[in-house]
Amino acid sequence: METIFIPSGNCCVNLKGYTLIMPVVSVGNVGQLTVDLIISTLTLPRVGYIHSDCLLPVVGNNPYATTSENSAEICICSEVYASTDRKLAVLQIRSPIIQGKHRLFRQQLLSWIKESEFSKVVTLSSSYAYQRVDQQLIGTPLRYLATPALQTIVGDKFHTLKWKELERVAAFPGINEVEQEISIPGGGITKSFYSDRVIKTPWHRHNGRSRVLGDYCLAVASHQLSSNSADLTVR
Amino acid sequence: MATFFGEVLPVFSRAVEEEEEDEDEEIRRELEGRREITIQWCTGSRASTESSLDLSFTCSTFLIAVGQNAVGFLNSFVQCSGSWEIIGAVTLWNERVKGTDTVNRQFPTDSSCLLYRLTSNPMILTCHCSCYMADDQLFQWTEKVFGNIQKRNLEVIILSSCSVTEYKSPSSISNITVPFLRALKTSAFQETPHCPLLEQPNVISGLSAAVLSYCQVRQIPAVLYHCYSDVTTLDSLTIEAFRPLLACKSLVSFVKDTSRSAEILKQLVDMSKIQSNLYT
Repeated sequence: METIFIPSGNCCVNLKGYTLIMPVVSVGNVGQLTVDLIISTLTLPRVGYIHSDCLLPVVGNNPYATTSENSAEICICSEVYASTDRKLAVLQIRSPIIQGKHRLFRQQLLSWIKESEFSKVVTLSSSYAYQRVDQQLIGTPLRYLATPALQTIVGDKFHTLKWKELERVAAFPGINEVEQEISIPGGGITKSFYSDRVIKTPWHRHNGRSRVLGDYCLAVASHQLSSNSADLTVR
Repeated sequence: MATFFGEVLPVFSRAVEEEEEDEDEEIRRELEGRREITIQWCTGSRASTESSLDLSFTCSTFLIAVGQNAVGFLNSFVQCSGSWEIIGAVTLWNERVKGTDTVNRQFPTDSSCLLYRLTSNPMILTCHCSCYMADDQLFQWTEKVFGNIQKRNLEVIILSSCSVTEYKSPSSISNITVPFLRALKTSAFQETPHCPLLEQPNVISGLSAAVLSYCQVRQIPAVLYHCYSDVTTLDSLTIEAFRPLLACKSLVSFVKDTSRSAEILKQLVDMSKIQSNLYT
């Protein structure tokens, strides 16, 4: 699969070992708004574009403009920003996925994530507040969803932070309460993207966890294991 | 959603559902095949298909008109003088493509976009796109058309228009003279655009966005001139709103004589009018 990432300058961009933060187009655009805040607060420079046939094309002038000079730079539908000091890469997706291309877009993203050799991927998403289960009505609207294995590396950080893991819900409510599943209604491709990284991947395994932010949002963080054992340490 | 008056209205929201991708693979492939874009190039006296991958046009200025008003401007003010030849046609189908175009019989009558070249200066190309292009065809169109054009020393000028209702501004629209132009340019474009830049939070979508995104990613100097108008059909005022473009460096070099512009513009507008009404 041809890479969807094209560097914005003339030199190559090496994101190996970086943490990637990316949004999923979901209810209230919470993930995308969070990414906008991260990019503008940390004044991250743009390092490249995601040039994919799966996203609706859209262009506009620089939404992070601080001076009249940089206000004239155009932004396209999906771009990558990065900070070398923080070893942080941030992907912004500004338009919806074209109907019928959800699966292909997930494949393109996963392929790029694998090629770039990110150490961790944090996905920011959101879900309908009106479809919460009883336990979710109380307390913080924040939830995280952890994929296996990263738990051992991150340890009890989530417990220290007092974050709650996303509750499983009955797969067939009213019929069978035993079978439980992850449910992220209004979360766009969040659930399938998360499942892709946990279950699929004949070429390598992704293990990670997810985090929920904001007004009932979800973030999925995953740690990428590579064949090089030196990359297994997560900072 | 049910209202107080009892009628049920569709609910529009920014909420996103994961789509159920359980369509038959074969149906999907067949649909994709029907929606594929084909380009026919005319080199010399014979038409050739796009499968001649060696076909690569050198071009210094590529003008792309999206929509009938932009095409009207090219016909009236840019291609009104000099001799222009058709060098290619882009054919596409989607649910909103209407009928057939019987004007140019050299190419398939269902051509959706025509490509022209100035005979006296073959480095100047134009493309007229007045048909509707579906979301899934935009990327394909751009890749295929630009696939046959050399990128070195290329400058792209895109013209498009839309309704002023899509323009967002902190000040009232009644304070702005309509129609008006706004521009967006790629980082590689050095010339100052001949109208103000498009202000935040306005965005452009569609074919003009697809082409401009392509140029930005490939570092091709390109500028989009977008006209906001209160008329969505072919309109002489909207077409005339593009006039400031005639001062572009690349246009000045070959647009010498616009004496026939008024006449051609009148013909275009008359053709699009309803020819008869109930009372005549």
